Amino acid sequence: MYRYDEFDHAFVAGRVAQFRDQVERRLAGEIAEDAFRPLRLMNGVYLQLHAYMLRIAIPYGTLNSRQMRMLAHIARKYDRGYGHFTTRQNIQFNWPRLEDTPDILADLASVEMHSIQTSGNCIRNVTADHFAGAAADEAADPRPYAEILRQWSSVHPEFVFLPRKFKIAVTGADYDRAAIQVHDIGLHLKKNDKGEIGFDVYVGGGQGRTPMVAKKIRDFLPEEDLLSYITAIMRVYNLYGRRDNKFKARIKILVHEMGAERLSAEVEAEFNELKNGELKLPEADVEKIRSYFALPDLPERPEGWANLAAWKKADPEFARWVDQNVKPHKHPDYGMVTISLKPIGGIPGDASDSQMDLIADLAEEYAFDEIRISHEQNVIFPHVALADLEALYRALKPANLSTANNNLITDIIACPGLDYCALANARSIPVAQEISNRFRSHERQAEIGELKIKISGCINACGHHHVGHIGLLGVEKKGAELYQITLGGSADNETSVGEIIGRGFEPEKVTDAVEVVVDTYLGLRLSPQETFLEAYRRVGPQPFKEALYGGASAEAA
Amino acid sequence: MALQILTANRLTDGIAVWYDVDGRWNESIARAEIASTKDDAERLEAIGKKAFADNLVLDVNLIDVEVDNGFIRPLRLRERIRAEGPTIDYVI
Repeated sequence: MYRYDEFDHAFVAGRVAQFRDQVERRLAGEIAEDAFRPLRLMNGVYLQLHAYMLRIAIPYGTLNSRQMRMLAHIARKYDRGYGHFTTRQNIQFNWPRLEDTPDILADLASVEMHSIQTSGNCIRNVTADHFAGAAADEAADPRPYAEILRQWSSVHPEFVFLPRKFKIAVTGADYDRAAIQVHDIGLHLKKNDKGEIGFDVYVGGGQGRTPMVAKKIRDFLPEEDLLSYITAIMRVYNLYGRRDNKFKARIKILVHEMGAERLSAEVEAEFNELKNGELKLPEADVEKIRSYFALPDLPERPEGWANLAAWKKADPEFARWVDQNVKPHKHPDYGMVTISLKPIGGIPGDASDSQMDLIADLAEEYAFDEIRISHEQNVIFPHVALADLEALYRALKPANLSTANNNLITDIIACPGLDYCALANARSIPVAQEISNRFRSHERQAEIGELKIKISGCINACGHHHVGHIGLLGVEKKGAELYQITLGGSADNETSVGEIIGRGFEPEKVTDAVEVVVDTYLGLRLSPQETFLEAYRRVGPQPFKEALYGGASAEAA
Repeated sequence: MALQILTANRLTDGIAVWYDVDGRWNESIARAEIASTKDDAERLEAIGKKAFADNLVLDVNLIDVEVDNGFIRPLRLRERIRAEGPTIDYVI
């Protein structure tokens, strides 16, 4: 993985010293909150309902054991013993004291991590496919390009006060696991017949109160033009993006109002000015960054095949875990392991300090010291020998980290919701817990098959409800929580925004409603192989509306 | 008017606090000073503004409450969760 050079170390250390001084002056009463607020936000320090919250970037979701151990240390020393992995491949701590935040940032800097640009109207943490560098269906590892974008966008003077926040996602695989079409910019790496790398460029996707699927404005942008082209997009956005209305300030609104064709023409004009200038990526520099992300030296471990078959036969629970949570690696003797942070009845994305320590230890022992965080709020070991799966599983199990539910109905995305978040209108976590408990049976989950439930506690959609196969949006109505259900959303190659199915449900009724939707699907699918999403796309909302509301009005609440 | 109390978050650690009958910012809502008249509410509001200006607290708000068997209960769920903490068992 990428290692800081002298410049990076000096830059991050400088920011820590600067923030330490700002916090000291704030605590001494020399800076008022109105002046301090933007300064703390630039360093990831929010104020939530109960306390401050610190959001730490995990660049493109990649970290090593040393870094994971530091997150455990921060949870233990400065917080309440746990952290929350988010849909942005970040981690949030819910209880840090303002006076401790400079020390936390100094600790983070010691392991090459920071909180810079995890808030504010700037380019945020660049996210990527969590299986990057390991997936069998990958044309090229997207992380070198995510790292180039991270370096280019960090305190970029032109792009630190954009009309609104800006999110970039990158994938290099055929199948999009990075939800690139619901980002401000989505990059899809491809290789042509000559083996050259290029990017399909998508612009103007996003969720929030106005969900939009991104438009593709460029096929196969040459690798060397990456920064020139992205800079051109940013300049067009910076020039035309609306600053008069926060709710219309994201680039998706600009794309919608200008039209993709006109926006594309503006971008191309700007790009033509830029493309042979200093932003052209030198191949040597790309190669140097790429070398940081080289596949570890994976020894041949063919004994794993026979061992795995025997272990699976002997232990059905282990077999279920392997079948559900281990995906094919580009090396046939290895697998990509999803460590579920969705135990039955648990809090999606939460991990305790001891779980983080254990994950760090196991990554060193079995996974070449590589850990990923997925936007679906799970932990990934991208390189594990099949021959080591049994030992890994045995070590994960006592820590409640061996839930075999990846991509099943209990693998729920949920934002922190009204239990923590100052913006939320309704709780997300208790809803996720109740649904998880209701569908706890392995047999029932297996029968239902792939089904992604995503829950947001407000219209900002941090819980990605718009692209959930079943999405739940918490709203406040007459002082009480109410949950709207959307169906048919998806964030893969065929991205779609879910449709609101009808009026909302009270908290005590929403799990029953989800069960009605699931049972309706089971009753109408053509075969067990037809997934919920496929079935929904075939039949549309009507059978689900009838099952949920019968003859009663389904007017949206 | 609805009964009102004064709440904020403490500057040093961000912890939610309520202005109490002893004139302190208290981590518990139980002893919060209750304003039942417009004048009381304005006085509390002025106390909040001064505490904000003095850099003791931030996010200062007057919130509506009811008193039930001697217990102060905010009307909005958001404020009840602020007062009672997350509704989930977050210690794993």
